[in-house]
Amino acid sequence: MNGEPLVRWDWLFAHLGPIGDRVGQHLYLATIAVGIGFGISFVLAALSIRRRRLFPLITIVATGLYAIPSFAMFAALVAVTGITTLTAEIPLVLYTLVLFIPNIVAGFDAVPADVLEAADGLGYTAGERWWRVELPLAVPLVVAGLRLATVSTIGLVTVSAILGDSFGGLGYYILDGYQRHFTTEILVGGLLSIGLAALADFGCVLLQRFLTPWAAARAAVR
Amino acid sequence: MQQVQDPLGESRAAVRGSSRVPGSSGAASLEFRGVSKRYGSATGSGGAVNDLSFVVPAGAICVLVGPSGCGKTTSLKMVNRLIEPSSGQILIDGVDVGTEDVTALRRRIGYVIQQVGLFPHLTVGRNVAVVPALVGWSGERQRARTRELLSMVGLDPDRYADRYPAQLSGGERQRVGVARALAADPLLMLMDEPFAAVDPIVRERLQDEFLRLQRELAKTILFVTHDVDEAIKMGDLIAVLAEGGRLAQFGPPDEILAHPASDFVARFVGQDRGLKRLSLRTVADLRVEPIGEREGLPAFPPATTLRDALSILLAADTRGGVVLGNEGKPRGLVTVDAIASALADDAGGAART
Amino acid sequence: MDIFSATGQWLADPLNWQGPNGIPARLFEHVELSGVSLLLSACVALPLGLWIGHTGRFSWLVVSSANAWRALPSFAVIGLLVPFTTMIDPNLGFTLYPTMIAMIVLAGPPILVNAYQGVAGVDRDLVEAARAMGMRDRQILLGLEIPIALPVLATGLRSAAVQVIATATLGATFGFGGLGRYIVLGDANRDDGELFGGVVLVAALSLTALAVFTLLERRLVSPGLSSRTEG
Repeated sequence: MNGEPLVRWDWLFAHLGPIGDRVGQHLYLATIAVGIGFGISFVLAALSIRRRRLFPLITIVATGLYAIPSFAMFAALVAVTGITTLTAEIPLVLYTLVLFIPNIVAGFDAVPADVLEAADGLGYTAGERWWRVELPLAVPLVVAGLRLATVSTIGLVTVSAILGDSFGGLGYYILDGYQRHFTTEILVGGLLSIGLAALADFGCVLLQRFLTPWAAARAAVR
Repeated sequence: MQQVQDPLGESRAAVRGSSRVPGSSGAASLEFRGVSKRYGSATGSGGAVNDLSFVVPAGAICVLVGPSGCGKTTSLKMVNRLIEPSSGQILIDGVDVGTEDVTALRRRIGYVIQQVGLFPHLTVGRNVAVVPALVGWSGERQRARTRELLSMVGLDPDRYADRYPAQLSGGERQRVGVARALAADPLLMLMDEPFAAVDPIVRERLQDEFLRLQRELAKTILFVTHDVDEAIKMGDLIAVLAEGGRLAQFGPPDEILAHPASDFVARFVGQDRGLKRLSLRTVADLRVEPIGEREGLPAFPPATTLRDALSILLAADTRGGVVLGNEGKPRGLVTVDAIASALADDAGGAART
Repeated sequence: MDIFSATGQWLADPLNWQGPNGIPARLFEHVELSGVSLLLSACVALPLGLWIGHTGRFSWLVVSSANAWRALPSFAVIGLLVPFTTMIDPNLGFTLYPTMIAMIVLAGPPILVNAYQGVAGVDRDLVEAARAMGMRDRQILLGLEIPIALPVLATGLRSAAVQVIATATLGATFGFGGLGRYIVLGDANRDDGELFGGVVLVAALSLTALAVFTLLERRLVSPGLSSRTEG
């Protein structure tokens, strides 16, 4: 680009504070979206399990929403909700639906029928059965969905940088660096967001191992 | 003298020879009174179960047996109300199960199914303790009971309690299933083809060990199987169901084999029912003759079934075999003719020496 | 005036349908690059995935590829490429290359993973039976594994297509044209009609691609496999 060195370390070290803030903002936006997305998805998934006919419809809508490029969705929402956190969060939440819902439904479907029958026969009430048998056994697939949604959301937070300087988390550095032809900034923004996503992915793997000790036993047997 | 190999025969014979005490404490009586189950709006004889009536005294094993589609599993599931009867009553100790809270009812009844249904996310120990935990036993009492039960079903608690079901073999899992059903000391056990999913060698072991367990515990058990041989082996009483859920015959195994009530029952128990009857009796029941020359004759421990003895004699092609007494000393000679005439006697009417 | 009428007007204006910034031109730009990237990516990822699935070797490549792809935000990928591609070619490296390379890279993993899963997911008993009948490796792959794997494969292509179209849209922020350019221009000129026109066009293109690939998936599946023929 210019005759400059590729990385300006002095700039980097001078801006560690703001970079840290951006990381925080990035995680903040992502966490809210994943949390709300999970809540909505769980409700829709429960609905899909109860009324099977709704499932294809819900899946189609969620898939269609996911197909719409984030860039377009963020830009379009500005006219409706202005430049606010809500504008950033709505698309982020909508993009998690297609990742959560099929996995939650599959998670509950995966509970073996003989286990459910044994639970009934032994004398669990419906509520006890759901809470103590179905839910724990659905966890692996639900967490798989959580993993996909978390990593995807962290990636999409970067796009929200187009909304303005106070958004985008680490995406801000990518966009700003691009506009100013400042390579170091791009590298900081780009590499850190990739790193953050990878870290979140790994974190979810650990979470899954933690929540399902019996899966490790099964894996060891195989 | 050849020694007959019969390592499991001891348990089988002991079980056959023992008399289970009806009305023993810790067990309940079970009665089906005119029970029917119809699906859809069909009336008449188109139902899954039709007017089933029989009584199982406390402490007895009653086997429901019949071809597929005969309603045996449906009948079983009506006892713990996984399926509700269309008409009729099922009484446990004289009380209609329909009048009781269904969850409380199920916690008093042990339930074992073919695929076991162990909870994959719980350790073996926690699986066994499911019902005690549900009814509120203290943690210590649960743990003690779990250890007791695992030992009872032949699994070392120290090795198995903390394992997960995925780490167990099919036979081990079924033992845990039985332990789990026994955990809260139920008055009644329901077992739906519990040993069908394992290979024949494991199945025979599980059957023998279960019968040995039953000698100790004397529970009332309703046992479903499609295997006639298993029914004869396990049951004190057998209910043969025909297609359409009708009771074709009800009675002790020997009676069903000796006097099948209909062509259907005769066909179902098989043309070799005569031989099957032989497996219900042992050489200890037989009248014996003087031995004479002992050289080269096979020897039968007292627990040898007549069927095994017959099989050995036919293969050995000797004039007879030596029956041993309880201390291993020879008691007398049995021949193929003696066995055949024992079969011709009425059920239960064999002379002893 | 409100957004709807502004958009309607913009879409209806014949001027917007001509010239290098006209809708057909931009649409073509977008679809062309998407198609080319998809094709280039598939040329590598598809055979590779099929081969790994068939032989079972190097499956770690697929797993790590899937994980890596998940963690790559397209925004970051395009941005990171810019400083490097401009070193290669200051002109195209600033407008075309970063977006294009990002598209090719990001389209790879869905195709690779699904090609692998599709083939590897074929019942091993079937493969063994085929081998026992005397079918050779290539015959097994072409005649048995690929036909059974087609639905999964098609889903992978669909994901890749959606991904590629979205990345091209994003590329407009980084100097590329395509339909995303309208969103960028509309925002810069405070022209709601243009901005929402771009949004509508992008959404329409994406959903059309989704529909096309879903139909393709349905068509490609042998009737014996689909649930349509199940009793």
